[in-house]
Amino acid sequence: MILRILKSREALLIAVIAALLALIASRFPAFIEPTNLVNVLTDTSPLIILALGQAIVILTRCIDLSVAANLALVGMVCAMLNVAVPGLPIPLIILIALGLGAILGAFNGILVWKLGIPPIVVTLGTLTIYRGLIFVISDGAWVNAHEMSASFTGFPRAEILGLPILAWLAILASIAFLIIIARTPLGRAFYAVGGNPHAAVYTGINVGKTQFWAFVLSGTLAGLTGYLWVARYSVAYVDIARGFELEVVAACVIGGIAIAGGAGSILGAILGALFLGIIKNALPVVGISPFWQLAISGAAIVIAVAFNARAGRAKGRVILKRAEAEALT
Amino acid sequence: MQQLAPSPDAAHDVPVLELSGITKTFPGVKALNNVSLDLYPGQVTALIGENGAGKSTIVKVLTGIYQPDGGAIEVDGASVQFRSAEAATAAGITAIHQETVLFDELSVAENIFIGHAPRGRFGLIDTAAMHTKAREILGRIDAPFDPSTPLKDLGIASKHLVAIARALSVDARVVIMDEPTAALSQKEIEELYELVDRLKAEGRAILFISHKFDEIFRIADRYVVFRDGEHVGAGLMADVREGDLVQLMVGRAVDQIFPERTHQAGDEVLRVERYCHPTEFDGINLTLKAGEILGFYGLVGAGRSELMQAIFGITTPSAGQIFIEGEARSIRSPADAISNGIVYVPEDRGKQGAILGLPIFQNVTLPSLGRTSRNGFLKLAQEFTLAREYTERLELRAAALDQNVGNLSGGNQQKVVIAKWLATQPRVIILDEPTKGIDIGSKAAVHAFMAELAAQGLAVIMISSEIPEILGMSDRVVVMREGLIAAELSRDELSPEALVRHAAGIGGDQT
Amino acid sequence: MNETVRSIPDRLENPALKAFKSWETLLLAVAIAIFITNSFLSPYFLNAWNLSDATFNFTEKAMIAFAMALLIVAGEIDLSVASIIALASTAMGWSLQFDPSVVTLVLIGLGTGLLCGAFNGALVTGLGLPSIVVTIGTMSLFRGISYIVLGDQGYRGYPSEFSFFGQGYVWWVISFEFALFAALAVIYYVLLHRTNFGRTVYAIGNNPTGALFSGIRVARVKFILFLLTGLMAGVAAVCLTARLGSTRPTIALGWELEIVTMVVLGGVNILGGSGSIPGVVIAAFVMGLVTFGLGLLNVPGIVMSIFIGALLIGVIALPRLWAMRRG
Repeated sequence: MILRILKSREALLIAVIAALLALIASRFPAFIEPTNLVNVLTDTSPLIILALGQAIVILTRCIDLSVAANLALVGMVCAMLNVAVPGLPIPLIILIALGLGAILGAFNGILVWKLGIPPIVVTLGTLTIYRGLIFVISDGAWVNAHEMSASFTGFPRAEILGLPILAWLAILASIAFLIIIARTPLGRAFYAVGGNPHAAVYTGINVGKTQFWAFVLSGTLAGLTGYLWVARYSVAYVDIARGFELEVVAACVIGGIAIAGGAGSILGAILGALFLGIIKNALPVVGISPFWQLAISGAAIVIAVAFNARAGRAKGRVILKRAEAEALT
Repeated sequence: MQQLAPSPDAAHDVPVLELSGITKTFPGVKALNNVSLDLYPGQVTALIGENGAGKSTIVKVLTGIYQPDGGAIEVDGASVQFRSAEAATAAGITAIHQETVLFDELSVAENIFIGHAPRGRFGLIDTAAMHTKAREILGRIDAPFDPSTPLKDLGIASKHLVAIARALSVDARVVIMDEPTAALSQKEIEELYELVDRLKAEGRAILFISHKFDEIFRIADRYVVFRDGEHVGAGLMADVREGDLVQLMVGRAVDQIFPERTHQAGDEVLRVERYCHPTEFDGINLTLKAGEILGFYGLVGAGRSELMQAIFGITTPSAGQIFIEGEARSIRSPADAISNGIVYVPEDRGKQGAILGLPIFQNVTLPSLGRTSRNGFLKLAQEFTLAREYTERLELRAAALDQNVGNLSGGNQQKVVIAKWLATQPRVIILDEPTKGIDIGSKAAVHAFMAELAAQGLAVIMISSEIPEILGMSDRVVVMREGLIAAELSRDELSPEALVRHAAGIGGDQT
Repeated sequence: MNETVRSIPDRLENPALKAFKSWETLLLAVAIAIFITNSFLSPYFLNAWNLSDATFNFTEKAMIAFAMALLIVAGEIDLSVASIIALASTAMGWSLQFDPSVVTLVLIGLGTGLLCGAFNGALVTGLGLPSIVVTIGTMSLFRGISYIVLGDQGYRGYPSEFSFFGQGYVWWVISFEFALFAALAVIYYVLLHRTNFGRTVYAIGNNPTGALFSGIRVARVKFILFLLTGLMAGVAAVCLTARLGSTRPTIALGWELEIVTMVVLGGVNILGGSGSIPGVVIAAFVMGLVTFGLGLLNVPGIVMSIFIGALLIGVIALPRLWAMRRG
C-alpha cells in the first residue's frame, strides 16, 4: 500500500516540485518566502481551475481545446456587462459567467454526445467560433481598466486570511472536484467511460451523456475563470489567453492523465499545473527570458507523455511458470 | 414449449423471467425472430447455438442494451420493458461477460458497486459502507483479495470473482454468464462451477452461454438452442444427448467428416531450434516437412499463438534459430517472414487478419503488391486478376471484388485472409484456430482446402483447440503446456485422452 | 454448394457513377455555387488578377494539407505544422547572417521542416506515443524555440531574388505558389491513389494491426508520413517567408486549425482510413473562395474564422444529422 503510494505519479511530482523549489531557493531564497509562494499560487490559480475540468474531459477519452476561447468570450461578456451596468452585483456576474461557460461547454458536449463528432474536431471548431464571437460582440474593441468598476476588478484580489479570493477559488474548486471524482457516481463514471466504454454501457452508464457532463463541467470552470481573468488583469480583448488551452492540456499530461482516457488523478492534474506555474514564475527570478516559457512547457509535455507511456505499458501475459516465479520475487 | 417429459422437480417450474416472441431486426439482418426464453430460479439454463445464432443479441436485449422490435418480457409474470441497462439491473438481471468487462483503474469495491454504490451524507458515495459490504460479499465467494485493491493488480480469474461479486451485490435474481470459462485454467473453471452451484442453491436463475458441451452437461439443468436467430428447441438436460443438441444447432445430423488424406511428407521446410522468449515460451524445437499438416494442441493460453507470432516475426525471440530449407534465416518482422515464405492466418480475423474497411481485392493483394505493380505504381487490372484467381479457388461468396471485407460473413472473411496468403505463394502456412466461429459449411470447405494445400506440397501448421479437428486433420501433433512443448504425438499415438492428458499435465506414463 | 461457381465481378458499381455520388462531387457543387454567388456579390470578383491574388489565401496551407491528408488517412495527426513553419522561417532568418544565398535559405527551410517531421515521427513511431499529444507538445516546443531566438524581434532583409517563391509569377497570372500547389496536388494524388505506398497508407488507417500482420512496415510508413508533413511545412515556410519578406515568431499562428479543417472538409475521415486528394484540392478552393468573398464584403479575418469553425463542424455534423433523420 505504502509502496504503491510512493511509486505513484503524484508522489513523483511532489518530489520533483520540492526539488525544483529547493534548487531555486538555493540561489534565490526570496522565491520560497510565503508572500512569493502566495503570488505563485495566485498566478497559477486560473491554470489549476481549468486543469480540473480538462482532466475530467480527458479521463472520458475526449479533449477540450476550446477552454481558452470559452474563457475569453465569457470574460468579454462579463467586462461588457460591467461597463453597461456598473452596479451589477459580483455574485450575479459570477453566476452569469458560470452559466454562460456551462452553455458553451454544453454545446461541445451535445455535438460529441448526440452527433458523435470526434471531440478534437468539435473543440477545434468551437475554439475558432468562440474567438470570432468575441470580435463580433466587442467589435474588436478593448475593455480597459478605467471602464471597469472597482468592485469588479477588486473581487479576485481581495484577501481572506492572507490569500486572494482567486487562490481561494482555485482551492475550493480543487476540493470540490476531488470530492466529485472520488465520491459521486458521476465521478466514477468518468473513469468507467474512459477506461472501458464498452463495459460502462453494460453497467448502465451512458457514455455520451457522461462525456457531455465532462464538457459542461469544463465549460463552467472556463466561464468562471473568464470573469476572474478579466477582472484580475483588468482588461478584456479578443486575444486574451490565446493558446492557453495547450498549457492546460500540458498540466494534465504532466500530471499523469492518460490521453487515452480512464487513468490519472485530479491531484496529479493540480500538481501538474503547479509545476508549470512554478517554472513560469521562476524564469524571471533566475534571469531567463520569459520567451523560454513556451518551449519549456512544450518540452515538458513531450517528456511527460513519453513518461506516461512507459509507466502505462501493459504488462504482457506471463505464460512461463519460471518467468512468473521470477516476476513475483 | 414443454413438449418434453414433465420435469422431475416441478416445484421450481415457475419461471422468474419469461421472454416470448422477441424479434430484433438490424438493417438487412433479422438477428432474432420470434424467440422465447424462460429462466427458472435455482436452475442453470444453457443457451446453445453457433456464432451468429443470436445469443449475444438476446443477452443485449436482456440487459437493456438493445430494445426489441417486438415481443414481451415478463418478470414474475408481470410485463416489463428494459429501456436501459439501469432498468435491467433494477429488475435484478446482471451479466458477466466474455472479456470480464470491468474497469482497471477503479478499485475492487468500486467495480462491484459502480452504478449502485451506497450513499451517505449529501448523496455522496459512502466509501466505508461500500468497503464493508464489498468485503462481506467477497467473503461469501472466498475471494482472497481486499476491496481496496486496484482491479488492474488482479489476474483474469480474480476479475471473474469481482464480476460475480458484482452480480451478488445487486442481489441479482438472474445472472447471465457469457462464455465465462473461455480464459480460465482447469482449476479456475472448477472453482467457477462450485460458485455456480452456490448461486443455484441461493435460488438465482442462471443463463449459461457456452460452446463447450462437456461443461454444459456438467452444470446445466435446462437447455435452449438458437439457430439463425430462431428458437429451435428447449428442454431438460437429463432428457437429451450431445448428438441431439448438435443436430439442433446445425439443423441436420452432422458427423464431422474430414477429408481423406494420403499423406506423403517431403523434405524439411522449416526447422525451429531452441526458440525462447522471456515470458511466453521456452526451448521450442520443431521441424516441419513439405506436404505435412502439423497440429498444435493445448489449452487456451498455453503459448501456441505466441510461439507462432514469434515465428511470423510479430515478436522477437530472446534466443533460438530458424532454418528455412536448412538455411539459417533471421526473421525480425512479418515482412521478413513473408519473404521467407512463412505466412500466418491469425485467430482474431477482424483485428489481425483482414482489413475490414478495404475491398476484397485490396485485401488479397496487400502482401503481394510488389507483384501486381510496376515500379511501385499500382496496376489495378493485375490486382483484380490475382484476387480473382485465389478467391475463386477458395469458392468465396461475394457480390463483387470491390465489396468491403467487413460486409462478408465470418467464413467468407476467413477465405479472403487465406486467399491473401496463398497469393504470396508461401512454403509454410500457419493457421491459428482456422475454423473458430465460422459456420459448419465453411468449416468443411476450409478443411478440404487445407488437405488440398498439403497435397500440393505446402507445409501447414494448424493451431486448434477442437479435438476432433486436431484428430481429423493432423499428420503429427505437438501439445503445448505453459509455454513448453509437453509432447509430440505421431498419428498412431493420437487419441483424445492423450491430447487432454498432455495439455492439462495429468499423469503421463501411459501412452 | 451445388450451384455452379460463378465468376465474381470486379466491381459492384460503375466507377463513374460511384464518383458522381461522392463527397467530392457535392463539394465541387458547393465550390461552384460559392463562385457564382461571389461573382454576383462583388464586381471585383471576376477579374483574373484578383482571382490570382485570392489563391494566396490557400496555396501554402494546401501544400501542407496534402501531406496532412495522408497522415490523417493513416490514423495520425500533426498539430505542430504551423509551429514548424515558424521554426523553419526563424532558421532561415538566422542563417541570413552567414550566407544570404537563395539556395542556402531554401535548403535550410526544407531541412528544418524535415528535422521537425523526423522528431515528431520518431516520438510517435519509435516510442509509440499518441500523435495528438506529441504534436501538441512539439507545437509549443517548435514555436517556443522561435520565441527564444527572436523574442519580440523579427528578421528582415531577405535577398530580393528570394521573394520569387512568394511573390513571383511563372506565366501571366499563374503565381509560382499556385504552380507549385498544382504540381504538388498531382504528385500527392499519384502517391496516395496510384502507388503501393498509398495503398499501405489506407490499410494502416483502416486497421494498423491487420496491416502489420499483412507484412506492412507500419512504423516506417508512419515515420515517412511525418517526414513528408514536416517537409511540406518547410516548403510552406519558404513560400510564406518569401511572400511576407520577414520572420516573426507569430508567423502562421493558428494555421494548423485551418489545415486540419481543409483536410476534413475535403472528406478525409478524422479517424483515419478514408479520404482523397481531389477532395482536399476542392476543399482548398472552397476555403479560399469563402475567405476571398468575405474579404470583398469587408468582413474582418477573425469573423471569417467563425465561418471556418462552423464549416469544420458543419461538414461532419450535417451528414450525421441527415442520417439520423432518415434512420
